[in-house]
Amino acid sequence: MWWKILLFLAMSALIVLSYVTPMPQKQIGEASRIFYYHIPQAWICVVAFAMSMVFSIRYLRSHNIGEDDKAVVAARLGFVFCLLATITGSIFARVTWGSFWNWDPRETSIFILLLIYGAYFALRGAVEIEEKRASLSAVYSIFAFVTVPFLIFVVPRIVPSLHPEDSIVDENLKFTMGPTVRTIFFSSLALFTGLYFWMFNLARRIQRVQRIRLEKEI
Amino acid sequence: MYSLKIENLAKRFGPRKVFADINFELQTGGSIAIVGPNGSGKSTLVKVILGLLRPTLGTVGFSLDGKNMTESETRSRTSFVAPYLSLYDHLSGEENLKFFSAVAGDHVTGKEINALLARVGLEGRGTDYLADYSSGMKQRLKYAVALLNKPDFLFLDEPTSNLDEEGKGMVSQLVEQYRKQSMVVLATNEPQEYGFAEQICRLGG
Amino acid sequence: MPNKSAGLAAKAFAVYAKDMRLELRSRYALNAILMFGITTLAVVSFSLGQFGLSPKFLAALFWIIMFFSAMSGLAQAFIREEEAQTVLALKLTADPDAIYIGKLLFNFTLLGIMTVIVTPLFFIFTDAPTANLFRFILVLILGIIGLCGATTLVAAIISKASVKGALFSVLSFPVLMPLLISLVSASEKVFDGLPLGNIAAELQFLLAYAVIMVTASIMLFKFVWQE
Repeated sequence: MWWKILLFLAMSALIVLSYVTPMPQKQIGEASRIFYYHIPQAWICVVAFAMSMVFSIRYLRSHNIGEDDKAVVAARLGFVFCLLATITGSIFARVTWGSFWNWDPRETSIFILLLIYGAYFALRGAVEIEEKRASLSAVYSIFAFVTVPFLIFVVPRIVPSLHPEDSIVDENLKFTMGPTVRTIFFSSLALFTGLYFWMFNLARRIQRVQRIRLEKEI
Repeated sequence: MYSLKIENLAKRFGPRKVFADINFELQTGGSIAIVGPNGSGKSTLVKVILGLLRPTLGTVGFSLDGKNMTESETRSRTSFVAPYLSLYDHLSGEENLKFFSAVAGDHVTGKEINALLARVGLEGRGTDYLADYSSGMKQRLKYAVALLNKPDFLFLDEPTSNLDEEGKGMVSQLVEQYRKQSMVVLATNEPQEYGFAEQICRLGG
Repeated sequence: MPNKSAGLAAKAFAVYAKDMRLELRSRYALNAILMFGITTLAVVSFSLGQFGLSPKFLAALFWIIMFFSAMSGLAQAFIREEEAQTVLALKLTADPDAIYIGKLLFNFTLLGIMTVIVTPLFFIFTDAPTANLFRFILVLILGIIGLCGATTLVAAIISKASVKGALFSVLSFPVLMPLLISLVSASEKVFDGLPLGNIAAELQFLLAYAVIMVTASIMLFKFVWQE
């Protein structure tokens, strides 16, 4: 319980701090504050989808339905954070590059991630038998994920990237951020990660309650 | 000596229990009849043993002389006949036999095909499409396909469904032969077929 | 029948030959693919006119037609088994690898036949430059291998779903996206008359894509097939 209260207080502090401290990037201006949110969201999206993949592989090995439950929770949360990262990124793109959507490589990859998981949920909706649904969607998510490295390879050759690559580290892998910005940024990363695991646990508890209820009905 | 060992087998569909605590062991020369009323899970049990469904609990072991058989070894030594098992309607009887033999990695000669067709009472109908067969003839052809690999494990679900008196006679002869030279597991709710097997496994109450 | 030595290739071929025979008797999948390809091509060509289409546009158009034609028929190989309830007999006798390879070859043949018919029509209808035909054929072959390699597993997945509808294209599109992007880029360069060296990167990519997708499919197929 205590860590949830702590998380709430810290998150509130983070929101305030992200607006009252000096802006992270002078050229871009106030809009650059979005990076305190955008990058942690993208990070959580990657963490969640990676977890979903791992649970899917574990399901195929053990055929334990609990693994599938975890995979779907992670995928759902990943999808939400992926949407958030897309929206915040798109706002940022409007301010800095002049349009909401440019098919920049990052935009293309995140769009395809959304498509993959959109398809994943469509597939889950189309299979009624639980075990079948679990296996088929696990296979699909693994298979679709195999194509992601291709995307990273093929897209930048065709569309040059506008995405700022030096927002965290420069070419020499040195931090480009000042100490204040760095502190807020890493706290934000940590807090979003904490928030994600909180949401993950909540969703798992709901699933378990549903399973118990289903069991009692029969 | 082939053997089949079922231990603590249980199957649930989601929260619904189908059967639990099934135990039996069979060896070459053995036979068992799985009996019980409609909906008692006979077909489900057969499917679980055949590896078509995953058990919720327990194990199914196929072994040869005490050594566990791999999935593909088991597949090549097993045959199954059931009303819900379908062959290809748009292939002829012979083509079906040739296909199921080839896909298992075997080769079947024209002579063997004719012998099998005669055995199940389908002489002269081998070149007709299955679409033109009656349901009883289709059931007979399933027996011909099942005998292709001279199975060491023969599984039959409702062995005489759709068959006429003569067909039933053919089946009882066949079971008689195979329960001696290999092993027969049959699921049925016809009391006169209980006698096909030495052991009985009763499901549902 | 003691001969157990016939290998995977023979079993896969048995599946392939059976599917070809069934297809030739009904011609359902082939008709669907062909009619889809020809109809789309005709509609697009009619509404856009013949001349002055840019290489980029031609390349995109061609691969969109290929993608949707593939979607209209390549799932049949598996759906047919499910609908005729022959899956059970097949599961009990056949090695999953043999099934996958047989179906992959079958899909490749279907798409191959469609390509052989639709591609010349495409050049006739759109007046696309034919100067680099050899290079285009190379891209084409790698393209259809990639298309089949990636969609055959997806076809197996959707054949098990109770509602199929548009599921095949919905599931295939994200998987095919890198392939399609690369194919369009390579075809555009070919239409532009660029030398082989300029499409070497795309060709390597297409080859790697096909190899990896087929390998991943073989590893994953048994999990789908068991269901």
